[in-house]
Amino acid sequence: MQSNIALFNINDGFAEAIVRGFRKGILGRSEYANLEQCEVLDDIKIHLNSTDYADFLANEPSPLHTVTIAEKCTEKLVSEFTYIRANSAEPLTTFLDYITYGYMIDNIVLLITGTLHERDMKELQEKCHPLGYFDAMTILCACKTINELYDYVLVATPLANYFKASRMSEEDLDEMNIEIIRNTLYKAYLEDFYQYCLSLGGDTAEIMGRILSFEADRRSINITVNSFGTELQKSDRETMFPNFGLLYPEGIQKLAKAEDTEQVAAIVKAYEPYSNLYFDNNDDGERSLVDSFFVKEVKLNELSFEQQMHYGVFYSYIRLREQEIRNIVWIAECVSQKLHDKIKQYIPIFDDRRFS
Amino acid sequence: MWLQEISPYTWAAIGTALAIGLSVTGAAWGIFLTGTSLLGAAIKVPRIRAKNLISIIFCEAVAIYGIIMAIIFQGKYSYVENPTAAPLAIFAGFALFWGGVTVGFANLACGVTVGITGSGCALADAQNRTLFVKILVIEIFGSALGLFGVIIGIVMTTSAKFN
Repeated sequence: MQSNIALFNINDGFAEAIVRGFRKGILGRSEYANLEQCEVLDDIKIHLNSTDYADFLANEPSPLHTVTIAEKCTEKLVSEFTYIRANSAEPLTTFLDYITYGYMIDNIVLLITGTLHERDMKELQEKCHPLGYFDAMTILCACKTINELYDYVLVATPLANYFKASRMSEEDLDEMNIEIIRNTLYKAYLEDFYQYCLSLGGDTAEIMGRILSFEADRRSINITVNSFGTELQKSDRETMFPNFGLLYPEGIQKLAKAEDTEQVAAIVKAYEPYSNLYFDNNDDGERSLVDSFFVKEVKLNELSFEQQMHYGVFYSYIRLREQEIRNIVWIAECVSQKLHDKIKQYIPIFDDRRFS
Repeated sequence: MWLQEISPYTWAAIGTALAIGLSVTGAAWGIFLTGTSLLGAAIKVPRIRAKNLISIIFCEAVAIYGIIMAIIFQGKYSYVENPTAAPLAIFAGFALFWGGVTVGFANLACGVTVGITGSGCALADAQNRTLFVKILVIEIFGSALGLFGVIIGIVMTTSAKFN
Protein backbone atom coordinates (compact mmCIF):
# COMPACT_ATOMS: atom_id res chain seq x y z
CA MET A 1 0.00 0.00 0.00
CA GLN A 2 2.79 2.37 0.76
CA SER A 3 4.25 2.15 -2.74
CA ASN A 4 1.06 3.44 -4.39
CA ILE A 5 0.84 7.24 -4.51
CA ALA A 6 -2.96 7.16 -4.21
CA LEU A 7 -2.78 5.19 -0.96
CA PHE A 8 0.48 6.35 0.65
CA ASN A 9 -1.12 9.19 2.59
CA ILE A 10 -3.49 6.86 4.42
CA ASN A 11 -0.81 5.66 6.81
CA ASP A 12 2.24 7.77 6.16
CA GLY A 13 1.06 11.16 4.87
CA PHE A 14 1.17 12.84 8.26
CA ALA A 15 4.63 11.51 9.13
CA GLU A 16 6.02 12.58 5.77
CA ALA A 17 4.57 16.07 6.12
CA ILE A 18 6.15 16.38 9.59
CA VAL A 19 9.55 15.33 8.27
CA ARG A 20 9.31 17.86 5.47
CA GLY A 21 8.47 20.50 8.04
CA PHE A 22 11.61 19.54 9.98
CA ARG A 23 13.64 19.65 6.77
CA LYS A 24 12.70 23.28 6.39
CA GLY A 25 14.57 23.97 9.63
CA ILE A 26 17.92 22.64 8.41
CA LEU A 27 20.46 25.45 8.64
CA GLY A 28 21.18 27.32 5.43
CA ARG A 29 23.71 29.69 4.03
CA SER A 30 22.69 32.76 6.01
CA GLU A 31 22.63 30.84 9.30
CA TYR A 32 26.09 29.41 8.64
CA ALA A 33 27.34 32.89 7.72
CA ASN A 34 26.15 34.11 11.13
CA LEU A 35 27.82 31.21 12.90
CA GLU A 36 31.10 31.85 11.12
CA GLN A 37 31.18 35.40 12.49
CA CYS A 38 31.12 34.19 16.09
CA GLU A 39 34.05 34.94 18.38
CA VAL A 40 32.98 32.87 21.39
CA LEU A 41 30.83 29.83 21.91
CA ASP A 42 28.16 31.91 23.62
CA ASP A 43 27.69 33.81 20.36
CA ILE A 44 26.95 30.49 18.70
CA LYS A 45 24.29 29.87 21.32
CA ILE A 46 22.70 33.24 20.58
CA HIS A 47 22.68 32.65 16.83
CA LEU A 48 21.24 29.18 17.20
CA ASN A 49 18.42 30.61 19.29
CA SER A 50 16.95 32.23 16.20
CA THR A 51 16.93 28.98 14.23
CA ASP A 52 14.84 25.88 14.73
CA TYR A 53 17.11 24.96 17.61
CA ALA A 54 15.43 27.67 19.67
CA ASP A 55 16.37 27.60 23.35
CA PHE A 56 17.96 24.20 23.50
CA LEU A 57 21.02 25.55 25.29
CA ALA A 58 19.04 27.75 27.64
CA ASN A 59 19.74 25.79 30.80
CA GLU A 60 23.42 25.24 30.24
CA PRO A 61 25.78 27.21 32.45
CA SER A 62 28.35 29.31 30.66
CA PRO A 63 31.11 28.91 29.76
CA LEU A 64 29.84 26.51 27.12
CA HIS A 65 31.81 23.55 25.83
CA THR A 66 31.69 22.08 22.34
CA VAL A 67 30.78 18.73 23.80
CA THR A 68 27.66 20.20 25.40
CA ILE A 69 26.57 21.75 22.12
CA ALA A 70 27.02 18.41 20.34
CA GLU A 71 25.07 16.56 23.04
CA LYS A 72 22.17 18.98 23.00
CA CYS A 73 21.96 18.99 19.21
CA THR A 74 21.83 15.21 19.24
CA GLU A 75 19.14 15.33 21.94
CA LYS A 76 17.02 17.54 19.73
CA LEU A 77 17.47 15.16 16.79
CA VAL A 78 16.47 12.24 18.99
CA SER A 79 13.33 14.00 20.21
CA GLU A 80 12.33 14.74 16.60
CA PHE A 81 12.95 11.13 15.63
CA THR A 82 10.89 9.87 18.57
CA TYR A 83 8.05 12.19 17.59
CA ILE A 84 8.07 10.89 14.00
CA ARG A 85 8.23 7.29 15.17
CA ALA A 86 5.35 7.81 17.58
CA ASN A 87 3.23 9.10 14.71
CA SER A 88 4.13 6.33 12.29
CA ALA A 89 2.30 3.16 11.27
CA GLU A 90 3.60 -0.10 9.90
CA PRO A 91 5.60 -0.60 7.70
CA LEU A 92 7.11 2.81 8.39
CA THR A 93 7.68 1.91 12.06
CA THR A 94 9.83 -1.07 11.07
CA PHE A 95 11.71 1.12 8.61
CA LEU A 96 12.46 3.66 11.36
CA ASP A 97 13.54 0.83 13.66
CA TYR A 98 16.01 -0.29 11.01
CA ILE A 99 17.54 3.16 11.09
CA THR A 100 18.16 2.77 14.83
CA TYR A 101 19.91 -0.60 14.47
CA GLY A 102 23.04 1.09 13.15
CA TYR A 103 23.34 3.05 16.39
CA MET A 104 22.56 -0.08 18.40
CA ILE A 105 25.56 -1.79 16.83
CA ASP A 106 27.80 1.06 17.96
CA ASN A 107 26.33 0.87 21.46
CA ILE A 108 26.75 -2.90 21.66
CA VAL A 109 30.39 -2.66 20.54
CA LEU A 110 30.91 -0.05 23.25
CA LEU A 111 29.33 -2.36 25.83
CA ILE A 112 31.37 -5.37 24.75
CA THR A 113 34.60 -3.37 24.98
CA GLY A 114 33.55 -2.09 28.35
CA THR A 115 32.78 -5.53 29.68
CA LEU A 116 36.07 -6.92 28.45
CA HIS A 117 37.95 -4.11 30.19
CA GLU A 118 35.70 -4.31 33.26
CA ARG A 119 34.39 -0.77 33.15
CA ASP A 120 31.42 0.43 35.10
CA MET A 121 28.21 -0.31 33.24
CA LYS A 122 26.47 2.86 34.37
CA GLU A 123 29.21 5.02 32.87
CA LEU A 124 29.01 3.14 29.61
CA GLN A 125 25.27 3.50 29.44
CA GLU A 126 25.65 7.25 29.49
CA LYS A 127 28.07 7.13 26.59
CA CYS A 128 25.67 5.18 24.42
CA HIS A 129 23.96 6.91 21.53
CA PRO A 130 20.35 7.61 22.53
CA LEU A 131 18.94 6.52 19.16
CA GLY A 132 20.36 3.07 19.77
CA TYR A 133 18.69 2.31 23.09
CA PHE A 134 17.23 -1.16 23.41
CA ASP A 135 15.13 -2.59 26.22
CA ALA A 136 17.70 -5.05 27.45
CA MET A 137 19.96 -2.19 28.43
CA THR A 138 18.34 -2.07 31.83
CA ILE A 139 19.69 -5.52 32.71
CA LEU A 140 23.17 -4.39 31.80
CA CYS A 141 24.27 -3.53 35.29
CA ALA A 142 23.89 -7.16 36.31
CA CYS A 143 26.29 -8.44 33.66
CA LYS A 144 29.89 -8.92 34.64
CA THR A 145 31.28 -11.25 32.00
CA ILE A 146 31.01 -11.50 28.23
CA ASN A 147 29.03 -14.73 28.52
CA GLU A 148 26.41 -13.09 30.71
CA LEU A 149 26.29 -10.10 28.38
CA TYR A 150 25.65 -12.38 25.42
CA ASP A 151 23.11 -14.62 27.14
CA TYR A 152 21.00 -11.97 28.81
CA VAL A 153 21.39 -8.83 26.81
CA LEU A 154 22.60 -9.36 23.28
CA VAL A 155 20.23 -12.14 22.31
CA ALA A 156 17.28 -10.04 23.49
CA THR A 157 18.06 -7.21 21.09
CA PRO A 158 16.73 -7.01 17.54
CA LEU A 159 20.35 -7.57 16.52
CA ALA A 160 20.38 -11.18 17.69
CA ASN A 161 19.79 -12.22 14.09
CA TYR A 162 22.88 -10.39 12.97
CA PHE A 163 24.95 -12.29 15.50
CA LYS A 164 23.50 -15.50 14.10
CA ALA A 165 23.98 -14.44 10.48
CA SER A 166 27.64 -13.68 11.08
CA ARG A 167 27.96 -16.94 13.01
CA MET A 168 29.40 -15.19 16.02
CA SER A 169 29.20 -16.95 19.33
CA GLU A 170 30.23 -15.98 22.84
CA GLU A 171 33.75 -17.29 22.44
CA ASP A 172 34.20 -15.19 19.31
CA LEU A 173 33.30 -12.03 21.18
CA ASP A 174 36.20 -12.59 23.52
CA GLU A 175 38.76 -13.38 20.88
CA MET A 176 37.92 -11.34 17.82
CA ASN A 177 39.20 -7.86 17.33
CA ILE A 178 36.46 -5.43 18.28
CA GLU A 179 36.56 -3.65 14.95
CA ILE A 180 36.03 -6.92 13.13
CA ILE A 181 32.98 -7.55 15.30
CA ARG A 182 31.63 -4.10 14.51
CA ASN A 183 32.16 -4.43 10.77
CA THR A 184 30.75 -7.94 10.57
CA LEU A 185 27.61 -6.94 12.44
CA TYR A 186 27.25 -3.83 10.32
CA LYS A 187 27.58 -5.88 7.14
CA ALA A 188 24.74 -8.17 8.27
CA TYR A 189 22.65 -5.12 9.20
CA LEU A 190 23.21 -3.34 5.88
CA GLU A 191 22.32 -6.43 3.88
CA ASP A 192 19.16 -6.97 5.94
CA PHE A 193 18.13 -3.31 5.61
CA TYR A 194 18.75 -3.41 1.85
CA GLN A 195 16.58 -6.50 1.44
CA TYR A 196 13.84 -4.88 3.52
CA CYS A 197 13.86 -1.75 1.38
CA LEU A 198 13.70 -3.81 -1.80
CA SER A 199 10.75 -5.71 -0.39
CA LEU A 200 8.89 -2.42 0.18
CA GLY A 201 9.06 -1.79 -3.55
CA GLY A 202 8.24 1.33 -5.53
CA ASP A 203 10.09 4.59 -4.99
CA THR A 204 11.32 3.54 -1.55
CA ALA A 205 13.19 0.57 -3.02
CA GLU A 206 14.72 2.72 -5.75
CA ILE A 207 15.84 5.61 -3.56
CA MET A 208 16.93 3.64 -0.50
CA GLY A 209 18.60 1.09 -2.78
CA ARG A 210 20.76 3.84 -4.22
CA ILE A 211 21.62 5.31 -0.82
CA LEU A 212 22.39 1.95 0.79
CA SER A 213 24.50 0.81 -2.18
CA PHE A 214 26.62 3.87 -1.65
CA GLU A 215 26.86 3.04 2.08
CA ALA A 216 28.00 -0.49 1.26
CA ASP A 217 30.63 0.70 -1.20
CA ARG A 218 31.80 3.36 1.22
CA ARG A 219 32.30 0.78 3.96
CA SER A 220 34.16 -1.57 1.63
CA ILE A 221 36.51 1.20 0.55
CA ASN A 222 37.04 2.41 4.13
CA ILE A 223 37.72 -1.08 5.44
CA THR A 224 40.27 -1.64 2.66
CA VAL A 225 42.06 1.68 3.11
CA ASN A 226 42.10 1.42 6.91
CA SER A 227 43.44 -2.12 6.86
CA PHE A 228 46.71 -1.18 5.19
CA GLY A 229 49.47 -1.37 7.76
CA THR A 230 47.48 -3.48 10.21
CA GLU A 231 47.69 -7.22 10.66
CA LEU A 232 44.26 -7.84 9.14
CA GLN A 233 44.39 -10.79 6.75
CA LYS A 234 43.08 -10.32 3.23
CA SER A 235 40.65 -13.21 3.67
CA ASP A 236 39.26 -11.58 6.81
CA ARG A 237 38.98 -8.32 4.95
CA GLU A 238 36.80 -9.84 2.29
CA THR A 239 34.33 -11.26 4.82
CA MET A 240 33.51 -7.75 6.01
CA PHE A 241 32.47 -6.35 2.61
CA PRO A 242 28.66 -6.18 2.19
CA ASN A 243 27.26 -8.32 -0.61
CA PHE A 244 25.56 -5.60 -2.60
CA GLY A 245 26.30 -2.23 -4.09
CA LEU A 246 27.97 -0.90 -7.18
CA LEU A 247 31.28 -2.54 -6.30
CA TYR A 248 29.73 -5.99 -5.87
CA PRO A 249 30.98 -8.52 -7.00
CA GLU A 250 34.00 -7.63 -9.16
CA GLY A 251 35.08 -4.51 -7.34
CA ILE A 252 34.88 -6.29 -3.98
CA GLN A 253 37.12 -9.09 -5.19
CA LYS A 254 39.69 -6.64 -6.50
CA LEU A 255 39.56 -4.60 -3.30
CA ALA A 256 40.19 -7.73 -1.27
CA LYS A 257 43.51 -8.17 -3.06
CA ALA A 258 44.60 -4.52 -3.04
CA GLU A 259 47.93 -3.68 -1.44
CA ASP A 260 47.99 0.09 -1.23
CA THR A 261 45.94 3.23 -1.73
CA GLU A 262 46.93 3.75 -5.38
CA GLN A 263 45.55 0.35 -6.29
CA VAL A 264 42.33 1.12 -4.42
CA ALA A 265 42.03 4.44 -6.25
CA ALA A 266 42.56 2.70 -9.61
CA ILE A 267 39.89 0.06 -8.83
CA VAL A 268 37.33 2.50 -7.51
CA LYS A 269 37.70 5.23 -10.10
CA ALA A 270 36.72 2.78 -12.84
CA TYR A 271 33.17 3.22 -11.55
CA GLU A 272 31.75 6.48 -12.82
CA PRO A 273 29.93 7.69 -9.69
CA TYR A 274 33.14 7.30 -7.67
CA SER A 275 35.47 8.85 -10.22
CA ASN A 276 35.89 12.09 -8.26
CA LEU A 277 36.70 10.64 -4.83
CA TYR A 278 39.82 12.09 -3.28
CA PHE A 279 42.43 9.49 -2.48
CA ASP A 280 45.67 11.39 -2.02
CA ASN A 281 47.21 11.18 1.37
CA ASN A 282 48.33 14.71 2.08
CA ASP A 283 47.75 15.57 5.68
CA ASP A 284 47.20 19.26 5.18
CA GLY A 285 43.57 18.60 6.00
CA GLU A 286 42.18 20.55 3.06
CA ARG A 287 40.46 17.54 1.50
CA SER A 288 40.33 13.90 2.38
CA LEU A 289 38.61 10.69 1.44
CA VAL A 290 36.33 10.94 4.45
CA ASP A 291 35.21 14.41 3.35
CA SER A 292 34.58 13.28 -0.24
CA PHE A 293 32.36 10.55 1.13
CA PHE A 294 30.45 13.02 3.29
CA VAL A 295 29.95 15.34 0.31
CA LYS A 296 28.60 12.48 -1.79
CA GLU A 297 26.37 11.29 1.03
CA VAL A 298 24.86 14.76 1.44
CA LYS A 299 24.14 15.00 -2.30
CA LEU A 300 22.41 11.61 -2.38
CA ASN A 301 20.32 12.42 0.67
CA GLU A 302 19.30 15.82 -0.69
CA LEU A 303 18.00 14.08 -3.82
CA SER A 304 15.58 11.91 -1.90
CA PHE A 305 13.55 15.00 -0.99
CA GLU A 306 12.84 15.59 -4.67
CA GLN A 307 10.18 12.87 -4.70
CA GLN A 308 7.08 12.61 -2.60
CA MET A 309 5.45 9.55 -1.04
CA HIS A 310 8.37 7.29 -0.19
CA TYR A 311 10.29 6.41 2.95
CA GLY A 312 13.68 7.66 1.81
CA VAL A 313 12.97 11.13 3.23
CA PHE A 314 12.97 9.78 6.79
CA TYR A 315 16.38 8.18 6.46
CA SER A 316 17.77 11.16 4.56
CA TYR A 317 16.54 13.61 7.15
CA ILE A 318 18.39 11.80 9.95
CA ARG A 319 21.60 11.66 7.90
CA LEU A 320 21.42 15.32 6.89
CA ARG A 321 20.81 16.44 10.46
CA GLU A 322 23.79 14.41 11.60
CA GLN A 323 25.88 16.21 8.99
CA GLU A 324 24.50 19.49 10.28
CA ILE A 325 25.54 18.54 13.83
CA ARG A 326 29.02 17.70 12.53
CA ASN A 327 29.08 21.11 10.82
CA ILE A 328 28.04 22.94 14.00
CA VAL A 329 30.64 21.06 16.06
CA TRP A 330 33.32 21.89 13.47
CA ILE A 331 32.43 25.57 13.56
CA ALA A 332 32.27 25.53 17.36
CA GLU A 333 35.70 23.91 17.58
CA CYS A 334 37.18 26.44 15.13
CA VAL A 335 35.65 29.27 17.13
CA SER A 336 36.85 28.00 20.49
CA GLN A 337 40.37 27.31 19.17
CA LYS A 338 40.45 30.55 17.19
CA LEU A 339 41.23 28.78 13.90
CA HIS A 340 39.17 31.09 11.73
CA ASP A 341 40.87 30.17 8.46
CA LYS A 342 39.61 26.62 8.74
CA ILE A 343 36.08 27.54 9.66
CA LYS A 344 34.70 27.25 6.12
CA GLN A 345 35.47 23.54 5.82
CA TYR A 346 31.99 22.33 6.71
CA ILE A 347 29.66 20.81 4.12
CA PRO A 348 26.65 23.00 3.26
CA ILE A 349 23.29 21.25 3.02
CA PHE A 350 20.63 22.17 0.45
CA ASP A 351 22.90 24.93 -0.71
CA ASP A 352 21.41 25.25 -4.19
CA ARG A 353 17.86 24.56 -3.09
CA ARG A 354 17.26 27.31 -0.63
CA PHE A 355 14.05 29.32 -0.83
CA SER A 356 12.77 32.15 1.25
CA MET B 1 -32.22 -11.73 -23.85
CA TRP B 2 -31.77 -11.50 -20.10
CA LEU B 3 -30.56 -7.90 -20.42
CA GLN B 4 -33.92 -6.91 -21.78
CA GLU B 5 -35.81 -8.77 -19.08
CA ILE B 6 -34.33 -6.65 -16.29
CA SER B 7 -36.59 -3.73 -15.54
CA PRO B 8 -35.34 -0.39 -16.84
CA TYR B 9 -36.06 1.05 -13.41
CA THR B 10 -33.31 -1.22 -12.04
CA TRP B 11 -30.82 0.09 -14.53
CA ALA B 12 -31.81 3.69 -13.83
CA ALA B 13 -31.59 3.26 -10.08
CA ILE B 14 -28.17 1.59 -10.25
CA GLY B 15 -26.97 4.41 -12.49
CA THR B 16 -28.15 7.01 -10.03
CA ALA B 17 -26.49 5.14 -7.16
CA LEU B 18 -23.21 4.92 -9.03
CA ALA B 19 -23.31 8.60 -9.90
CA ILE B 20 -23.58 9.75 -6.31
CA GLY B 21 -21.69 6.85 -4.71
CA LEU B 22 -18.56 6.96 -6.84
CA SER B 23 -18.48 10.76 -6.82
CA VAL B 24 -18.53 10.83 -3.03
CA THR B 25 -15.84 8.12 -2.92
CA GLY B 26 -13.64 10.23 -5.18
CA ALA B 27 -14.25 13.33 -3.10
CA ALA B 28 -13.52 11.53 0.16
CA TRP B 29 -10.36 9.98 -1.25
CA GLY B 30 -9.13 13.36 -2.40
CA ILE B 31 -9.91 15.02 0.91
CA PHE B 32 -7.99 12.51 3.00
CA LEU B 33 -5.04 12.55 0.60
CA THR B 34 -4.73 16.32 0.89
CA GLY B 35 -5.85 16.53 4.50
CA THR B 36 -3.12 14.35 6.00
CA SER B 37 -0.34 16.27 4.27
CA LEU B 38 -1.96 19.59 5.17
CA LEU B 39 -2.24 18.60 8.84
CA GLY B 40 1.37 17.56 9.09
CA ALA B 41 2.80 20.47 7.14
CA ALA B 42 0.74 23.06 9.02
CA ILE B 43 2.43 22.13 12.31
CA LYS B 44 5.67 23.73 11.21
CA VAL B 45 4.23 26.34 8.83
CA PRO B 46 0.81 27.48 10.08
CA ARG B 47 0.35 30.08 7.36
CA ILE B 48 -0.52 27.40 4.78
CA ARG B 49 -3.74 26.39 6.55
CA ALA B 50 -6.15 28.87 4.99
CA LYS B 51 -4.88 28.87 1.42
CA ASN B 52 -4.68 25.11 1.10
CA LEU B 53 -8.30 24.65 2.03
CA ILE B 54 -8.88 25.50 -1.62
CA SER B 55 -7.61 22.02 -2.52
CA ILE B 56 -10.14 20.53 -0.11
CA ILE B 57 -12.87 22.65 -1.65
CA PHE B 58 -12.00 21.39 -5.13
CA CYS B 59 -12.45 17.83 -3.87
CA GLU B 60 -15.74 18.76 -2.23
CA ALA B 61 -16.95 20.18 -5.54
CA VAL B 62 -16.62 16.71 -7.01
CA ALA B 63 -19.13 15.38 -4.50
CA ILE B 64 -21.48 18.23 -5.34
CA TYR B 65 -21.32 17.31 -9.03
CA GLY B 66 -22.41 13.83 -8.03
CA ILE B 67 -25.36 15.13 -6.01
CA ILE B 68 -26.50 17.37 -8.85
CA MET B 69 -26.39 14.54 -11.35
CA ALA B 70 -28.21 12.15 -9.03
CA ILE B 71 -30.98 14.73 -8.51
CA ILE B 72 -31.26 15.31 -12.26
CA PHE B 73 -31.44 11.56 -12.88
CA GLN B 74 -34.05 10.88 -10.29
CA GLY B 75 -36.16 13.70 -11.69
CA LYS B 76 -36.60 11.66 -14.85
CA TYR B 77 -38.38 8.71 -13.23
CA SER B 78 -42.08 8.31 -13.99
CA TYR B 79 -44.61 5.52 -14.07
CA VAL B 80 -44.79 3.22 -17.12
CA GLU B 81 -47.16 0.28 -17.23
CA ASN B 82 -45.10 -2.44 -18.85
CA PRO B 83 -41.55 -1.10 -18.64
CA THR B 84 -39.72 -4.06 -20.21
CA ALA B 85 -41.86 -3.69 -23.34
CA ALA B 86 -41.81 0.09 -23.63
CA PRO B 87 -38.93 1.18 -25.92
CA LEU B 88 -38.72 4.67 -24.42
CA ALA B 89 -38.46 3.22 -20.95
CA ILE B 90 -35.79 0.74 -22.00
CA PHE B 91 -33.77 3.56 -23.55
CA ALA B 92 -34.22 5.72 -20.47
CA GLY B 93 -33.06 2.92 -18.20
CA PHE B 94 -29.90 2.28 -20.19
CA ALA B 95 -29.15 5.99 -20.66
CA LEU B 96 -29.45 6.68 -16.94
CA PHE B 97 -27.28 3.66 -16.08
CA TRP B 98 -24.41 4.54 -18.34
CA GLY B 99 -24.76 8.23 -17.60
CA GLY B 100 -24.34 7.35 -13.95
CA VAL B 101 -21.30 5.19 -14.68
CA THR B 102 -19.72 8.01 -16.70
CA VAL B 103 -20.28 10.63 -14.06
CA GLY B 104 -19.25 8.31 -11.21
CA PHE B 105 -15.94 7.14 -12.64
CA ALA B 106 -15.00 10.57 -13.98
CA ASN B 107 -15.55 12.07 -10.55
CA LEU B 108 -13.66 9.22 -8.85
CA ALA B 109 -10.61 9.87 -11.03
CA CYS B 110 -10.96 13.61 -10.57
CA GLY B 111 -11.13 13.31 -6.79
CA VAL B 112 -7.98 11.17 -6.60
CA THR B 113 -6.13 13.50 -8.98
CA VAL B 114 -6.98 16.66 -7.08
CA GLY B 115 -6.14 14.89 -3.81
CA ILE B 116 -2.64 13.79 -4.79
CA THR B 117 -1.88 17.15 -6.40
CA GLY B 118 -3.30 18.97 -3.38
CA SER B 119 -1.02 16.97 -1.09
CA GLY B 120 1.98 18.02 -3.14
CA CYS B 121 0.69 21.59 -3.19
CA ALA B 122 0.48 21.77 0.63
CA LEU B 123 4.01 20.43 1.06
CA ALA B 124 5.46 22.71 -1.64
CA ASP B 125 3.66 25.77 -0.28
CA ALA B 126 5.17 25.06 3.14
CA GLN B 127 8.68 25.26 1.66
CA ASN B 128 8.20 28.11 -0.81
CA ARG B 129 5.09 30.24 -0.89
CA THR B 130 5.41 31.20 -4.55
CA LEU B 131 4.72 27.62 -5.61
CA PHE B 132 1.13 27.57 -4.34
CA VAL B 133 -0.53 29.32 -7.26
CA LYS B 134 1.49 27.36 -9.81
CA ILE B 135 0.46 24.01 -8.42
CA LEU B 136 -3.11 25.26 -8.03
CA VAL B 137 -3.24 25.60 -11.83
CA ILE B 138 -2.50 21.87 -12.09
CA GLU B 139 -5.36 21.19 -9.67
CA ILE B 140 -7.72 23.29 -11.77
CA PHE B 141 -6.91 21.17 -14.80
CA GLY B 142 -7.53 18.10 -12.69
CA SER B 143 -10.91 19.27 -11.49
CA ALA B 144 -11.91 19.91 -15.10
CA LEU B 145 -11.99 16.12 -15.47
CA GLY B 146 -14.98 15.93 -13.16
CA LEU B 147 -16.72 18.62 -15.17
CA PHE B 148 -16.19 16.65 -18.37
CA GLY B 149 -17.92 13.70 -16.76
CA VAL B 150 -20.85 15.87 -15.70
CA ILE B 151 -21.24 17.43 -19.15
CA ILE B 152 -21.26 14.08 -20.92
CA GLY B 153 -23.61 12.67 -18.30
CA ILE B 154 -26.06 15.47 -19.01
CA VAL B 155 -25.71 15.11 -22.76
CA MET B 156 -26.37 11.37 -22.51
CA THR B 157 -29.48 11.72 -20.40
CA THR B 158 -31.24 14.80 -21.80
CA SER B 159 -33.39 12.72 -24.11
CA ALA B 160 -34.04 10.01 -21.53
CA LYS B 161 -37.77 9.94 -20.73
CA PHE B 162 -39.71 7.06 -19.29
CA ASN B 163 -42.82 8.04 -21.16
